[in-house]
Amino acid sequence: MAIIFHDETYRDDFSFHNSPESIRRYPFPFHEDSYMYAINMENHLPGKPGSSYEHPIDVDEHYVSEMRDRAIVLNEDPKRCQALPHMMAAQWDTLELLMTNKARSYPDLFTLERNGDQWHWINQPLGIDDTFVFGDQSTLPYEPMEYITRQAQGDFCIVDQRNDTLWMDAGMVTCQADWSLDFDIGMNFMEWHAPVPMAHELGIFDRALKFLMNVQQGRPVRRLNWTMTVNPRLDTSPENYHKWGPDKTTVTAQNIGSKLHLRCELQSFWRLPRSNALLFPIRQYLISLNDIATIPKWACRMHRVLTTIPDSIAEYKGFSRNRQLALDFLAPFDDGRELTLGGEPE
Amino acid sequence: MIHPEIIVRVTDIAVVAESVKQFTFERVDGGSMPVFAPGAHIVVSMDDQGKLRRNPYSLMSSPSDTTSYQISVLRVVESRGGSAFMHEHVDVGDTMTISHPIDLFPLHATAKRHVLIAGGIGITPFLPMMEVLNESGQVFELHYSMRSRRRGAFLSELERRYGSRVSAEVDDEGGRLDTRKLLINQPLGTHIYVCAPLPMIDLVFGVARELGWAEENLHREVFLAPPAGSPFYTNLAKSGTTVYVAEHQSLLESIEAAGIDVPYLCRGGACGQCETTVIDFDGQLMHHDIFLTDDEKVSGTKIMPCVSRFVGASLTVEL
Repeated sequence: MAIIFHDETYRDDFSFHNSPESIRRYPFPFHEDSYMYAINMENHLPGKPGSSYEHPIDVDEHYVSEMRDRAIVLNEDPKRCQALPHMMAAQWDTLELLMTNKARSYPDLFTLERNGDQWHWINQPLGIDDTFVFGDQSTLPYEPMEYITRQAQGDFCIVDQRNDTLWMDAGMVTCQADWSLDFDIGMNFMEWHAPVPMAHELGIFDRALKFLMNVQQGRPVRRLNWTMTVNPRLDTSPENYHKWGPDKTTVTAQNIGSKLHLRCELQSFWRLPRSNALLFPIRQYLISLNDIATIPKWACRMHRVLTTIPDSIAEYKGFSRNRQLALDFLAPFDDGRELTLGGEPE
Repeated sequence: MIHPEIIVRVTDIAVVAESVKQFTFERVDGGSMPVFAPGAHIVVSMDDQGKLRRNPYSLMSSPSDTTSYQISVLRVVESRGGSAFMHEHVDVGDTMTISHPIDLFPLHATAKRHVLIAGGIGITPFLPMMEVLNESGQVFELHYSMRSRRRGAFLSELERRYGSRVSAEVDDEGGRLDTRKLLINQPLGTHIYVCAPLPMIDLVFGVARELGWAEENLHREVFLAPPAGSPFYTNLAKSGTTVYVAEHQSLLESIEAAGIDVPYLCRGGACGQCETTVIDFDGQLMHHDIFLTDDEKVSGTKIMPCVSRFVGASLTVEL
């Protein structure tokens, strides 16, 4: 089915909205009635047609507007996109991976013609038609990672693997859940995860690091992560906290259904072929509590998850202030019945 | 499937040195080979009269050439089957199965200088490495030890291409790599890469450590051949079955033959991927890997089924 791209905003008047189809394909992150940190990795294999997992790199109705929002962020703060000098091979790997996957999954939207190093890329939704020489950055308007991630939803980190750990050495990060590439760039895996509560004590990061360092070419993996955001704002960065932090105080029992959004991140991990680096796309999906309430299983489950979640995690994820309001909103949907495992809407 | 594979046809076989054959693989479906990072290997599956063999071989072709892959195989005198099979039973036109590239021997992206040390057939991963280093203008040198020039695969080609950056140490000409001299004056930021038989790796790393090199700057690739030994039985607790490990078979191979998937990457005792918990045993674990620490080996709680064996009455592992 052809995707009808929305013309919507993620700031000011916040006209972002999900269609009913978009709600049903939402990657709902709560598979059971409680939540605790886990590595929860699975192979990134194609999912059901129509789901967010159908294609390795998902494109949805928000694509054009998300890319417009990214351009605004980059214009105000170019440091959201950075790459250390040794990451150029990984940048080209990233460009190749995103172009080939999109052209394969969405042939009516994206076309890639390759004749040796001469590449011709057509991006219909964004009106881009460029010919360039693969490997020669002077033939592109930006460096390869910036060029292609201005055309791809979600944030992207490229981590180098050396000295038995991973290093945050490149990224395009404009729609992040309160972390900063400019702060983290050049850090290793344990350094950039230092602020996360509880997970270190659980040994999560030791195991996750070992797992990620063994991700192999041809075998990408994925996991879901989540947080909550007031208003459908993509750019919830520390750099702009003064713009979105105060929003947390505007939530009331009357407006919470439209204001409070679950923000699910579909994170995937890909071994890159030339550089042996890992590409880490962090694709975020926003959904309002009102929209969640249209799927009874989700509203019921979310009530149980938010009830049982430890305070430190609620604090870290930034919603402890509005937790009770959210529980009050969701409580009527929880009639105590047993829910099936898994995030499917049913 | 935990190990997606590529079906290939052997399109060329060439003798490139004494006892060394070079094989060229192309995809049967006509598609492109995945690009790979220099230092990567593939695992080649062989159907040896109904017995499945899987051996790792470094990729030696150009990383950006997606039309074919090349590997070189040394015919090992006491081959347990793999190299003998490749030399004697594989012909041009044959169909084989290979894994996607796996890179356990990558170049260090922030190194200022790369010192490559090859012993014999250990030269293969350095071919794509040198190509990439040369193209990107990085500083490198190769020290290539061999028994004789007849056995020194690709030496003349490398000398022609890289000139004084290549030096050969030939045993039967009295040549010998002076490791101490090589390592004592390297500038900070130098990384060394050794692909050679284990004793040579131990020697180079031993000297480097003595001279105070940081572990992060030492890189090695070695694929230990699973040693033969007396046959033994192993109980697989989770699968509820028992496998028989023949004299020239590895424990990993016998488990795979029983239809049980075990994660692996190097199949040579180095990467740790197939680490398996030992639940109970009455006898002696014969550890042949270089992954477990000495303490872990003594504890009798872990085994690397790709290379290690067992002698005794009974062994039960958590698979």
